[in-house]
Amino acid sequence: MSALHIKKGSTKHSAYNLRPQFSDVQETHTLALVVDNEAGVLARVIGLFSGRGYNIDSLTVAEIDHAGHRSRITIVTTGTPQVIEQIKAQLGRIVPVHSVNDLTVEGRSVERELALLKVEGTGDKRVEAMRLADIFRANVVDSTLESFVFEITGTPEKIDAFAELMSPLGLSEIARTGVAALSRGSVG
Amino acid sequence: MVVECLKDQGVEVVFGYPGGAVLPIYDEVFQQNGIRHILVRHEQGAVHAAEGYARSTGKPGVVLVTSGPGATNAVTGLTDALLDSIPIVVLTGQVPTFMIGTDAFQEADTVGITRPCTKHNWLVQDTENLSSTIHEAFHVATTGRPGPVLVDIPKDVQFASAGYTPVKQVSTSHYQPQKKGDMASIEELVEAIETAKKPVFYTGGGVINSGTAASQLLRELVDGTGFPITSTLMGLGAYPASGDKWIGMLGMHGLYEANMAMHDCDLMINIGARFDDRITGRIDAFSPGSKKAHIDIDPSSINKVIRVDIPIVGDVGHVLEDVLKVWKSRGRKTDRAALGEWWNTIGEWRKVDCLKFEQKGSVIRPQHALARLEALTKDHDRYICTEVGQHQMWAAQYLGFEDPHRWMTSGGLGTMGYGFPASIGVQMAHPDSLVINVAGEASWLMNMQEMGTAVQFRLPVKQFILNNERLGMVRQWQELLHGERYSHSWSEALPDFVKLAEAFGAKGIKVDQAEDLDEAIKEMIAHDGPVILDCLVEKHENCFPMIPSGEPHNKMLLGEASTQDAIGTSGAVLV
Repeated sequence: MSALHIKKGSTKHSAYNLRPQFSDVQETHTLALVVDNEAGVLARVIGLFSGRGYNIDSLTVAEIDHAGHRSRITIVTTGTPQVIEQIKAQLGRIVPVHSVNDLTVEGRSVERELALLKVEGTGDKRVEAMRLADIFRANVVDSTLESFVFEITGTPEKIDAFAELMSPLGLSEIARTGVAALSRGSVG
Repeated sequence: MVVECLKDQGVEVVFGYPGGAVLPIYDEVFQQNGIRHILVRHEQGAVHAAEGYARSTGKPGVVLVTSGPGATNAVTGLTDALLDSIPIVVLTGQVPTFMIGTDAFQEADTVGITRPCTKHNWLVQDTENLSSTIHEAFHVATTGRPGPVLVDIPKDVQFASAGYTPVKQVSTSHYQPQKKGDMASIEELVEAIETAKKPVFYTGGGVINSGTAASQLLRELVDGTGFPITSTLMGLGAYPASGDKWIGMLGMHGLYEANMAMHDCDLMINIGARFDDRITGRIDAFSPGSKKAHIDIDPSSINKVIRVDIPIVGDVGHVLEDVLKVWKSRGRKTDRAALGEWWNTIGEWRKVDCLKFEQKGSVIRPQHALARLEALTKDHDRYICTEVGQHQMWAAQYLGFEDPHRWMTSGGLGTMGYGFPASIGVQMAHPDSLVINVAGEASWLMNMQEMGTAVQFRLPVKQFILNNERLGMVRQWQELLHGERYSHSWSEALPDFVKLAEAFGAKGIKVDQAEDLDEAIKEMIAHDGPVILDCLVEKHENCFPMIPSGEPHNKMLLGEASTQDAIGTSGAVLV
């Protein structure tokens, strides 16, 4: 006999509140971080996402200032507005993180991604692949008699579209860099 | 060089345990007298002791342990300190740089393992950077929201010599959290204070971490406005328990009047607390009608769990100073009439007297044990530690705290085994004070090896064990929520605590009759040395009041009425 008369499925079986707390409207945001380029800094950022259950849609990282030991990390993440705010606040708390900018809300920005696609085929398919690559302004960076490697730069949506078109034409491998992004206009 | 850094930082005590990878530093420790090293019996104990030291002094606690198992044993303490925002600097030895990655003897990826349980950590790869890194570690641990940091020092880095960078010459860290609150938000808060009809202050550990001045400012603001004040477990003592605006601790086992006030208020002013789930209960029914202000130094605490209307990022002390200044300059206004009504309502809730109990017969009820402990020790210069469980909640309910830094408990992580080593750290910092660890027998056994430390360093810590031969809080949940199926929540082979104390060369007292309790407590206080007081209490007592999980604040269980039958039958079944 339970003093609390707990029904099956109730959250009262747990010490925690198991009800979802916030609205489930999902938003995608692009965050730009400037961090100290020191050992383990990427692990801190990624560990935060895995440890707290946040999503990473894409992530790019590279040194941007060798003398100043700075790297820039661009993260595309998805979550409810409340979760996005938490992610930014938690990232800002990491000691070697200098700045966190949400390019999705802080004015307009440009986003670009680079992809390499290997397309294998002969005959009409090969000609069609070449023709579409031309429309998408993709360059051929490697070629054999049975294959091309295309290089394409653009928004993630453009690359998605190109990859989808290439798929029936013999797309066999794809490598994407993830998004790099900058705000438009002058910094001031 | 490490020892020089610590001296430069004003460190007086280090808690530690030597091992192969940290011997060069221990060699330095041997050849000096400025810093006292306390040899613990387990590295977890070292970190908890440092936490006790830090919480009772406001200064960072320092730990020195070896690589591999030394570091991994420290992980629980680090996590505990992270969740309770306690400034701790842990120095770990590491295998030499050229052996890192080879699975060397006692090698562990310490920086990797402790990354999520520290505020920040460092692996020092060059002796040139050693002193500046240690100074930076102290800066990070104590600035902003305090927390544990770790510096991993390979053995070859310890042996090599390099130029020392004194603390004054370390370049300014970029880590400089905001201290002053936004003035527009502070004005908004003052306006809310002026018009609130049913306000409540909800304060937390942040007030204590901010320093004694913050507690003073809080007292001034509370007494000036006449608003009721409640506090989390971590914030006890910031406002005195004897103050007339004090309405008791809130939360899952908080007082009826405090939780009802939180639920019904129209203005909630959160100062240095974090809307923990033990406080909020069911979130969608948490204080539905109130405007909420939140003062916190950590921006990530704001809007994490509860959406607030007036967020103020800043150090509690600085913000309270500004709030007081603005409130005074605008004429110290509050809605006195409405406030009178509000106090009448609170008065009605107080009449429920949710902590009342009756000591009948000779079996000691735990509430009675704590009420007597309070009566017999409240006039002493007293520090209280606790373990985790029912006894912890009863201690919070039945003991009164008049000042900050007097109450050491594991709040966020709920670490059984915290209290005993913490009491050792507190006693180190306050050698002439009365330091009592209120414990349950199960928690206490988790770090009982520290008896060796207490005896070796002649630390007269008093271990007040409420022994119910059960994991009381687990048992309570099983009774209330799991159909009285008491899965593994009782101990069959408990030691004789008196003999245990004697085996370590300490004093043991056992009491199981209510009429002998006072005498036993007095004997414990009077003895000049470590004491275990084994206080056998009612085995099936439950901790009330209680907000069942998934329920809002106004659906509290007050005890006897709601569960009397359950307790009666279970008692018969299980002895």
